Amino acid sequence: MRASRSTRVALLVYGIVVIFLLYLPLISVGFASISKARYLSFPIRTYATKWYGEALASSTVIELFNTSLKIAVIVTAVSMIVGFFGALAFARYQWRYRPLFQKLILLPIFFPQTVLGLALLIWFNTIGIVPTWKTAVVAHLVWIAPIATLVIAIRAYGFDPALEEAARDLGASTFAILREVTLPLLMPGIISAGLFAFLLSWGNFPLSLFTTGADSTLPEWLYAKMVSGYSPLVPTLGILSVLGSFVIIAVAFTLRWMVKGRQAE
Amino acid sequence: MMERLDRRQGLLAALPITALLAVSFLAPLLLVALFSIMPQKVFSVLNMPDFSSFGVIVSQGYYRSLFWSLSMAFAATVILLVVCWPLAYGMAKVFGRFSLVLTIAVVMTLFVSENIRLFGWVLTLMKGGLIEGYMRSYLGAGPDGMLYNVPIIVFGLVYVYFPFMLFPLAQGISMVPDDARQAATDLGATRWQVFREIDLPLAAPGILVGSLLSFVLAAGAMAESKLLGGQVVIVLADDVETAFTFGQNWPLGSALAMVLIILVGTVAVVGLSRVDLDTIMGRKR
Repeated sequence: MRASRSTRVALLVYGIVVIFLLYLPLISVGFASISKARYLSFPIRTYATKWYGEALASSTVIELFNTSLKIAVIVTAVSMIVGFFGALAFARYQWRYRPLFQKLILLPIFFPQTVLGLALLIWFNTIGIVPTWKTAVVAHLVWIAPIATLVIAIRAYGFDPALEEAARDLGASTFAILREVTLPLLMPGIISAGLFAFLLSWGNFPLSLFTTGADSTLPEWLYAKMVSGYSPLVPTLGILSVLGSFVIIAVAFTLRWMVKGRQAE
Repeated sequence: MMERLDRRQGLLAALPITALLAVSFLAPLLLVALFSIMPQKVFSVLNMPDFSSFGVIVSQGYYRSLFWSLSMAFAATVILLVVCWPLAYGMAKVFGRFSLVLTIAVVMTLFVSENIRLFGWVLTLMKGGLIEGYMRSYLGAGPDGMLYNVPIIVFGLVYVYFPFMLFPLAQGISMVPDDARQAATDLGATRWQVFREIDLPLAAPGILVGSLLSFVLAAGAMAESKLLGGQVVIVLADDVETAFTFGQNWPLGSALAMVLIILVGTVAVVGLSRVDLDTIMGRKR
């Protein structure tokens, strides 16, 4: 049943309006970041890029970027590995506790992150670990590793177990099957999971808030300044953080495009 | 023989993430549960248990923040269902290529820290912000007082949790076979009847997952009320934070957290038990 022309047009217009509304706040932040005035007020009278210069020269800012980056890179690597095996247990192997395991994976995703952060804070305190950026890695993993698992599981649902069985019939060992058949087949899912993991960790705020101790990530610093003591660097750093995400996405898509091109040859 | 192998491999493959979640998710939750039955203001679980924290929740009126959290989350979920349905329908059945554009555009927003996006709304809506500022300079006057009220907090929740409703809903609607809709129409069903008798029941798993995600996440949210609402109402997550930090009262904070966890957890577990995960995630038959 094809939708009528007017329905199609109406839905299309609606979709475009929604996209516009989703990005409107970022447009405001963008304008604010190139306003020259120290105290922001629209309409903007004079534009300047001086806040970007100031931000990039500041050692605090570089430290914030470093902390966020360190956390995101480790979270990505661990999520990809743990998520690969987790996805096989989630979607591929038929084992007795699979339904229970599936619920365990979903639970942290269906969980208020602020509460999770605070629970981890008193947990680390009780077992005598001083919170630093390393504890934030653990906090991020609780939420991000299950998401990575789900992303890879979607891919794992789609592949044919007969491929693994064929390899086994031809005499391949369990480890060889994993390396030569399962891993390459799931690779696109693992890469998307890695991308998700990096970006979600990079932008995460509620989990970092209580678990970084004396260290601070970029979103945490931004929040602190938003709630008390506005700084003209807030919009600038906000945009820089967004740009960081988009660069990673662009790189990922370019790599994928290059790999595809090579395979086609 | 294949099945026995599957069983062993399943257990082995589940091990790393299960260990991770046991140590850094289940154990902390157990600790919170223990702290919630400790006497006021202690920092160790080796005290005589009592239920004083739950008494404090009632006597000090902490149920008000619970009420606000739950009712705003509920309102946001209902609005999200209405707002997302046409778009999800479009993505699943109408758009074709534009679906991909829309998906990428929506997913990209997820990767921008939610406080940056909410701050963007503050800049857009505040006095002297994008809307009021430009309207004042072109038309002489602009709308004032768009921020710092309850509806704008609900708007913030709708905005932030939009993807969590849209994608499950689109997935659910794509599971409705076109033949069934066609058959119903051929038999003389009106549009409304097709929607009520075919779309709604067949897309139910997607509706359920989307609503659960939005409700649960919105009920525990804090940034929306702090940034957009300017503390016009205090939400539960806020009270939990205050009790743990400024209040230095871990048992009270834990008890408040437990109330939220139990309420939200019950909703999530009951809801999820009605969904066949394997089907909604696209298992091949």
